[in-house]
Amino acid sequence: MALPERESPVGKRVSLFVTCIVDMIYPETGMSAVDILEHIGVEVDFPLAQTCCGQPAFNSGYRDEARTVARHFFKAFKDAEVIVTPSGSCATMVRHEYPHLFTRADGTLYEQARRMAAITWEFSEFLVEGLGIADLQLQLPEKESFAMHDACHGLRGLGLGRAARELIANLGNAELLELNECEVCCGFGGLFSVKMADISNAMLKNKVDNINDSAADTIVTGDVSCLTQMNGGLSRSKSRKRVLHLADVLAKGLGGGRA
Amino acid sequence: MTMEVESNNFIALADVALHNDDLQHAIGEGTRTAYYKRLDTMFAHSDEHGEFMRQQAAEAKRRALRHLPDLLEKAERNLKKNGFQVEWAVDAAEANQLVLDIARRHGVQTVTKAKSMLSEELGTNHALEAAGLRVVETDLGEYIIQLAGETPSHIVGPVMHKTKAEIRDVFVDKLGMAPTDDAEEMVAFARGMLREDFLGADMGISGGNFLIAETGSIGLVMNEGNGRMCASLPRVHVALVGIEKLVDTVEDYATLTQVLPSSSTGQKLTVYTNIINGPRRDDEDDGPEHAYVILVDNGRSDIYATKYAEALSCIRCGACQNACPVYRTMGGHAYGWVYGGPIGAVLTPLFVGLENATPLPHASSLCGSCKQVCPVDIDLPRMLLDLRWDLVRAGESDGAWDMAMKIWAIGMTSPTRFNLGGLAARVGQHIMGEYMPGVLGNWTKHRDFPDFAPKPFRQLWKERKRGRA
Repeated sequence: MALPERESPVGKRVSLFVTCIVDMIYPETGMSAVDILEHIGVEVDFPLAQTCCGQPAFNSGYRDEARTVARHFFKAFKDAEVIVTPSGSCATMVRHEYPHLFTRADGTLYEQARRMAAITWEFSEFLVEGLGIADLQLQLPEKESFAMHDACHGLRGLGLGRAARELIANLGNAELLELNECEVCCGFGGLFSVKMADISNAMLKNKVDNINDSAADTIVTGDVSCLTQMNGGLSRSKSRKRVLHLADVLAKGLGGGRA
Repeated sequence: MTMEVESNNFIALADVALHNDDLQHAIGEGTRTAYYKRLDTMFAHSDEHGEFMRQQAAEAKRRALRHLPDLLEKAERNLKKNGFQVEWAVDAAEANQLVLDIARRHGVQTVTKAKSMLSEELGTNHALEAAGLRVVETDLGEYIIQLAGETPSHIVGPVMHKTKAEIRDVFVDKLGMAPTDDAEEMVAFARGMLREDFLGADMGISGGNFLIAETGSIGLVMNEGNGRMCASLPRVHVALVGIEKLVDTVEDYATLTQVLPSSSTGQKLTVYTNIINGPRRDDEDDGPEHAYVILVDNGRSDIYATKYAEALSCIRCGACQNACPVYRTMGGHAYGWVYGGPIGAVLTPLFVGLENATPLPHASSLCGSCKQVCPVDIDLPRMLLDLRWDLVRAGESDGAWDMAMKIWAIGMTSPTRFNLGGLAARVGQHIMGEYMPGVLGNWTKHRDFPDFAPKPFRQLWKERKRGRA
């Protein structure tokens, strides 16, 4: 199915969809995203009615429940001009799955699903492809090296490509290095991580080994769910390496002086 | 008798594989080697060229599927013109009976067999052996598997789960090979054994990678040449071909014979790429006296009638297995039937019934690698999602999850309830520490879980707004 046409988001107000996990566990990451957006002059609002995109239900086959939660999303973001989210996975849900979750027979709901799909952007995609800003004119307080882990839904769902790498590479004092098998899943997969925990862990072990082998100080990714899986494994195995969300890495360049 | 289905035992079977270090090593190496070779070959000219080949191959298979009934009739007509005898089998029992009837008609005692996943599906070896025939697998990997009394764990590399040392032990134990760790010596030994079987066989069985409708030919690709020995040396050749193997034209075959080896072994072409046009003609010196094609349904037309019909485009290259991080951790046996990996997680429930393979649609992190590498662009993640939906609708999902999802959806449709849920999680974590209830406890078995934030984002946001006002 062809995705709805996307209009340029330049000059529009951004409604932040912070995602349920960021809201409850990583609020600082949400704040970092806001800080970066405001740093480049974007007006940000946060619709307080928002909860979750519905992906946990959708991915486990509970379409009725996923539709219920998606309808709540429509209501929460009904006034949004542009939606930006610090998650490739949740963006994929809205962009690719909402138009599958509702059909033409659903009438206005289908129209709303397609509208949400058309106005939703993942954070790095919004900056680089939406606004055309790959250089945020920021500098880290001290030298640090990074390597990207390409989270699956951002990479293969949205086709994010190199946006995040460009943002890091343009950051002063940042060095971009390689992570072996950076495109291979960390084993999270939502409820897969608890339903098939041992397999998920075997995948995680492979990821942790690769992270430990990387010369980079810090691994960067665009999804806090994958980050939770990887940091959970790194912490349990007493590794000193950690994974950070892209927004938090970029916000380090703001020098603590939040706008 | 078809192969036994153990797919509902997936978690336990996976556990066995996860604790087998040799298997872990062998599968990890085998899948990655093939994965990177594919990248090198498929995109040797350019990314665009590789993608274009994929789309061309996908279109050739989709076109064939759209016109399947007509093409089957066309293929039958043209096969017969070439001197093939054409039989149709609805299911495994019929297919195996047809093979047996042919064997009896021609006084067959020994059968050499080329690699055929369809014959695994049908349990053909077992049926023939039960009738007193001797069956020898001649693909090196299948030969080892047969000697070891196992089943293939990978579509293209049936013995991928075994290390070289394990293969040596099979040859030593079963065939009395003088112990050696030299792979070339082992291959030479097997080759010597197989040569005798080729020369003594009365009948050869092969599969068919493709069936070309416009010329009435079998397209058969291989690297070891064993397949063409099976198809040309014995008096009788029988090709077992699934009805979804049709392509319309030789041109389509030309496309597919490039993407198949590129995707599977990273070769531009297989060592042997055959178009087989029937039995020996009067003016020819070699070839079988009798050639049969058995067109097998065995559940395919049922799948054809569903939204999963696209899965019948599969050309059995194994690329999705090599790319799948789940498959990479445990190989194919855990999937509990003939096909492992992403394509197996889709095909198995469709072939054996969803209720007999309930874990398989969940045996994926939905990372999307399978779709990315599929040479005929089958949307495997979408099918896995649809199968999960089918599971819920068929009442085959876990009752506890059904309840949890209902409650969760209620929580997620109001910011107040969402907030209360977050608060409960914070308090709960504070009281229970590392402990997580129910299935969530599976998380902390292997990984630490972060602390819930003292203040959720929405609270920080409100404070920030107030601070500015």
